[in-house]
Amino acid sequence: MTLSTTLQTSRRSFLKGSAALAGATLVVGYRADGALAAADTAADLNPFVRIEPDGTVVAIVKHFEMGQGTTTGLTTLIAEELDADWARVVPEFAPANSEIYGNLFFGGQGTGGSTAMANSFMQYRQAAAGARAVLMQAAAEAWGVSPGEVTIEGGVLKAGGKSAHFGEFAAAAAALPVPAEAPVKSPEQFRLIGKDGLPRKDSSAKTDGTAIFAMDVKLPGMVYAVVLTPPKFGGLLTGFDASGASEVPGFLDARPLADNSGLAVYATGTWAAIQAREAISAEWDFSGAETRSTDALMAYHEGLLDEPQYVVRGDEGVAEAIGGAARTIEAEFRFPFLAHASMEPLNCVVEPTEGGVRFHDGCQFPGIVQPTIGHLLGVDPAKVEVVTVYAGGSFGRRATPKADYHVQAALAFQAWGGDAPVKMVWTREDDMRGGYYRPMAAHRARIGLDADGRIAGWDHRLAVKSILKGSPFEAMIENGVDATSVEGIGDTHYALPAMSVGLTDAEYGVPVLWWRSVGHTHTAYTMETLMDMAAEAAGADPVEFRLGYLPGDDADQRRLAGVLKLAAEKAGWGSAPEGRFQGVAVHKSFNTYVAEVVEISLADGAVKVEKVTCAVDCGIAVNPDVIRAQMEGGIGYGLGAVMRNTITLTDGEVDQWNFPDYEPLRMSDMPDIEVHIVASDEAPTGVGEPGVPPVGPALANAIYAATGTRVTTLPMTESGVSFA
Amino acid sequence: MATQLRINGKDVEVTAPPDTPLLWVLRDEIGLTGTKFGCGVASCGACTVHVDGEPTRSCVLPVEAVAGAEITTIDAVNGTVAEAVQKAWRELDVVQCGYCQSGQIMSAIGLLSQNPSPTDQDIDDAMSGNACRCATYHRIRAAIHRAADTLEG
Ligand code: FES
Ligand code: FES
Repeated sequence: MTLSTTLQTSRRSFLKGSAALAGATLVVGYRADGALAAADTAADLNPFVRIEPDGTVVAIVKHFEMGQGTTTGLTTLIAEELDADWARVVPEFAPANSEIYGNLFFGGQGTGGSTAMANSFMQYRQAAAGARAVLMQAAAEAWGVSPGEVTIEGGVLKAGGKSAHFGEFAAAAAALPVPAEAPVKSPEQFRLIGKDGLPRKDSSAKTDGTAIFAMDVKLPGMVYAVVLTPPKFGGLLTGFDASGASEVPGFLDARPLADNSGLAVYATGTWAAIQAREAISAEWDFSGAETRSTDALMAYHEGLLDEPQYVVRGDEGVAEAIGGAARTIEAEFRFPFLAHASMEPLNCVVEPTEGGVRFHDGCQFPGIVQPTIGHLLGVDPAKVEVVTVYAGGSFGRRATPKADYHVQAALAFQAWGGDAPVKMVWTREDDMRGGYYRPMAAHRARIGLDADGRIAGWDHRLAVKSILKGSPFEAMIENGVDATSVEGIGDTHYALPAMSVGLTDAEYGVPVLWWRSVGHTHTAYTMETLMDMAAEAAGADPVEFRLGYLPGDDADQRRLAGVLKLAAEKAGWGSAPEGRFQGVAVHKSFNTYVAEVVEISLADGAVKVEKVTCAVDCGIAVNPDVIRAQMEGGIGYGLGAVMRNTITLTDGEVDQWNFPDYEPLRMSDMPDIEVHIVASDEAPTGVGEPGVPPVGPALANAIYAATGTRVTTLPMTESGVSFA
Repeated sequence: MATQLRINGKDVEVTAPPDTPLLWVLRDEIGLTGTKFGCGVASCGACTVHVDGEPTRSCVLPVEAVAGAEITTIDAVNGTVAEAVQKAWRELDVVQCGYCQSGQIMSAIGLLSQNPSPTDQDIDDAMSGNACRCATYHRIRAAIHRAADTLEG
């Protein structure tokens, strides 16, 4: 067993132990040398699939579930290769262990960049194919037939009139070597992948209140903590007066965190801790804090556009092409800070263990949490266990390279003495003001069109704070350019004859982070609004104009053109009903291609988003309904943000406090959505994020079609757009 | 300071101060964690429970105000409307992260109990106080219509 035996898994092992009287389990996974192997326990291999004595198939899920559907997706891969009965396959979160459960795309264990399915697709199928091979072999030996005569259907092994469920051969199969090349299915053999009708594995528990999130964890002797943090980023605690809190029933104590980043307020319940914090005053040292307002920060960004720091793309002849152009387009764009505002405010429980700690957390980056907390508390990182529970959303916020909220919880745990479980809870206000925002950004573009209306030159500059700089992922920066700042522009797939892209890193003290679709949140908006402006200047139809720059020279251009045509066709592009106005955008992100057509109406000048038609090409569509759900959710998430969300600062203090002034998209704002998935045999790619980028510019383009106003400053409400 | 409550058909005596919001009494004291904390200011609906059958935000509801009332939470809600709603939710795989869904379902049950065949406008009116950051609204609407169809028979 790994060092990270969790409370949950040890309980399960206990149950398993009782069941073992009736038989043994089969575990299939990878050995340290990478070879597939079978065993009856996970003692010396890295399990991905386990067969219980009763025939239940357990898929060990190395990614966390924030709603994106991983517990269904990875389970589908296992069920497919085993031809298991869907109802008898259950997901189980893997323990924290980067060596075993690392993301094959970025090493450590973690979920992000819409990679969960893409990096797991072959790994999980091969493990299940190995399990299938040894089960068939065991059955064949017992029944005296050749393995080729054994079939599996709906989780039942059959040959020569005999049949058995998987559990009956688990013990025998566990003793067999797994063939090195256990064959995986070819796409035409798929019975589950690509099919509708597989209910989500997390639906049931999430509709009757039994699904457990970190917020729901309660351990014996647990103390509740909220943290009083400085009102400006980078402030430090210098003093406090907690006398007022002594009146609050349930208040236990208030203690500074070791790094003076805040004051932990302890109580016997969450409400008491929140009440006690209200009664405490603190003094702060702001000498190292960010004290600027967002207006000043935006002016600073705009100033950075004059002389870009890095050349991201530097084609020859851009200035000449623009200088000699028949028409030029110029535009500046401004993007605000955005909070992720996941539905579950951040929180986690830290529990002492023999020589270490155990986190109960909707944990996105166990591979970061283990070393960070190990270093902080002076324990072996392998002794930092993580019990992964459902996460009430993330949108990138939990994927913090500095493990910010885990560190805060560990410091609160330490300050309490380190011998009792501490549950650290953020209120909505803490979550809203806790930083790690989508960075603000400014773009400036000049585009020259020739006399035929063709783009001749494109000069694009942007200023944005780097997310990777100063993080453990800093090594991904090449030649100074943080790809997450410019993705979607520097690598545009439009065949543009002469383009220059310049980037300047903005520097300030507000922590920033990836926010569902990262750089594409602002790059797709500028690119696709500019393409619309260029189409207009050329007197061309926006869809036809874009297709002219996607001639099909490579797969990217063909797939972009494919989704664009499909979305246009399905949306009835160009033939909107009376009173409706359409806008379109197409973008590639996380190796997935998405086009969206937004249709709006106007009532007394107020915009109503009526319908979004989406076409997506994400390779093999493993779970089509999960893909549709991610597109629907991504569209809604992106819409709410571009319509009205912004985080602003006054003298370094966040102005927004809770949902009333960071108003989420509501039921009445939600358009009708239609999602069309392109049939494909390509390897599966991400779906969690790519639905987001096109919706903003498609909406902006629809608003232009309806009103003649180009919205270049977000959110749209700040540019004078009102919504019905 | 004990307060007598009636929760999910059982009498429960709780010791939290009488001005404590019901939400925290349910979650921390009684251990009924199906009801969620999302905002604490009655603006997201994650904490929705039924008080005498009415969907109510428990995060701003002092326990003393509901002494003696019939309180129902997601953990035990039942009956034909609740069954129809939960079944529709599962058939359409409405949930994503799931954190808002207890509240959504309690609001939807409240709506359908009052209005067995709601229009889209009725759904907007009844459900707009329930935020879903995963934006599952499209399916919530469809599930409410489906549950209404089931209830009509
Ligand atoms: S937690 Fe009560 S409405 Fe948000
Ligand atoms: S399902 Fe995630 S907030 Fe609604």
